[in-house]
Amino acid sequence: MSFKLDVDRFRDAVTELIRKAATQLPADVTQAMETARDNEEKGRPAKSVLDYMLKNADAAKDNSTPICQDTGTLIFFVTIPEGVSLRKIESAVTEAARLATKKSYLRPNAVDSVTGKNSGDNTGIMAPYFHYDEWDESTIKVELMLKGGGCENVSDQYKLPDGRLKAGRDLDGVYKCIIDAINKAQGLGCAPGVAGIGIGGDRASGMVVAKKQLFRKLNDTNSDPELAKLESRLYTDLNKLGIGPMGFGGLTTVLGVKVGAAHRLPASFFVSLAYSCWADRRCSMHFTESEVSYD
Amino acid sequence: MIKINLPVSEADIRKLKMGDEVSLNGVMLTGRDSAHTWLLNDKPEEVRELLKGSVIYHCGPVVKKVGDEWHFVAAGPTTSIREEPYQGPVIKEYGIRGVMGKGGMGEKTLKALGENGAVYFHAVGGAATLQAQAVKKVHGVLKLEEFGVPEALWIIEVEDFQAVVTMDSHGNSLHKEIKAASDKVANELIGI
Repeated sequence: MSFKLDVDRFRDAVTELIRKAATQLPADVTQAMETARDNEEKGRPAKSVLDYMLKNADAAKDNSTPICQDTGTLIFFVTIPEGVSLRKIESAVTEAARLATKKSYLRPNAVDSVTGKNSGDNTGIMAPYFHYDEWDESTIKVELMLKGGGCENVSDQYKLPDGRLKAGRDLDGVYKCIIDAINKAQGLGCAPGVAGIGIGGDRASGMVVAKKQLFRKLNDTNSDPELAKLESRLYTDLNKLGIGPMGFGGLTTVLGVKVGAAHRLPASFFVSLAYSCWADRRCSMHFTESEVSYD
Repeated sequence: MIKINLPVSEADIRKLKMGDEVSLNGVMLTGRDSAHTWLLNDKPEEVRELLKGSVIYHCGPVVKKVGDEWHFVAAGPTTSIREEPYQGPVIKEYGIRGVMGKGGMGEKTLKALGENGAVYFHAVGGAATLQAQAVKKVHGVLKLEEFGVPEALWIIEVEDFQAVVTMDSHGNSLHKEIKAASDKVANELIGI
């Protein structure tokens, strides 16, 4: 039986999804931040900065205002039951972005790259941005990431081998690229952040794999034992860099490291890093013909 | 916590040292990419009085209009290094005593801070709701139509706006120190 999409109801549900993503720090991220604050040394800026961030997250939730004024690029990963119209989904989500901007959940963040003019409502060419998938469930799943500009600017892509880093075309080479990238970023991406890493693919698909990792909960474990090992090695070593919250120094440089892989051409070996700031804003929604839930 | 009232004198700014935690009070101006180009190319007269002895804040806020009045909803710092080519000349031209943003700035700005008597205030990134609460009043806005909300120059009055001095007028930069230490660790881990 085909899914009957009530477009108005769907639009309103997505507007709520945007509000939740912009104003509520995910529970696993909050927990990681609290642990980090408790671990940092007393009297150091690292501890007070983490505390300030947590207080801000609380205030944002209470007042329903954005955690960060850079409400980011709206990236939607939409999974649909067979037969749902992508055009209808896309137009309802776009309308939701307009509404959310009007309600000040979002800053107008879509600038025409040719004229420099801000569209004023977060819509435009490839804005919002969509990835689609289909599944057997009779539910529309919408995962939303609000990807801030500061952390997007320090995201990076490497090509192995890399002579400067003495990095070969293997997982050790991947490790070296990520150490280098996070060190280059310093506090600029609003550390402590989350490193989403994509191994392989082409320049575009590798980055999609990297971005997708940012939807994983911080406390999950990679199902691939090799990648799980790499994640844990990187997490430990990146936190030895001493960059700390906002780059003021400290024990917490990253809150999590998540790695995924895609098949690649024999000729190419890309390492893509999608770095998220500590305000790692993501939220997902399950939308059925009668119910809606958020996580 | 050191309390700073804006506008502030050169002597008071030169007393500040890297690592000092401050609370800012008074009127300042937001400005980011478009604003810096405008300030340098067009040298607008209407901002001189506002900027003299005050702070330019690298911030593109979320705002709300209630009746005729603007309110700040979210107002955290944006990445400052994008203004590196313009910041020194802008400090000098307008007699600015503080630059506020996040991520710190480079050698050119550090030199300009020393030469002109100014500091870099680092605000906590992503703490926009608390920072908007420190904005008590929006006095006005310049170039809103042309630049859009994030890029416009907002004239704001703040109370107890907290920040850390990470670059002072004596040539010290916390960013330089942290980077030097982390470079060493990174090179050891990478094996280069």
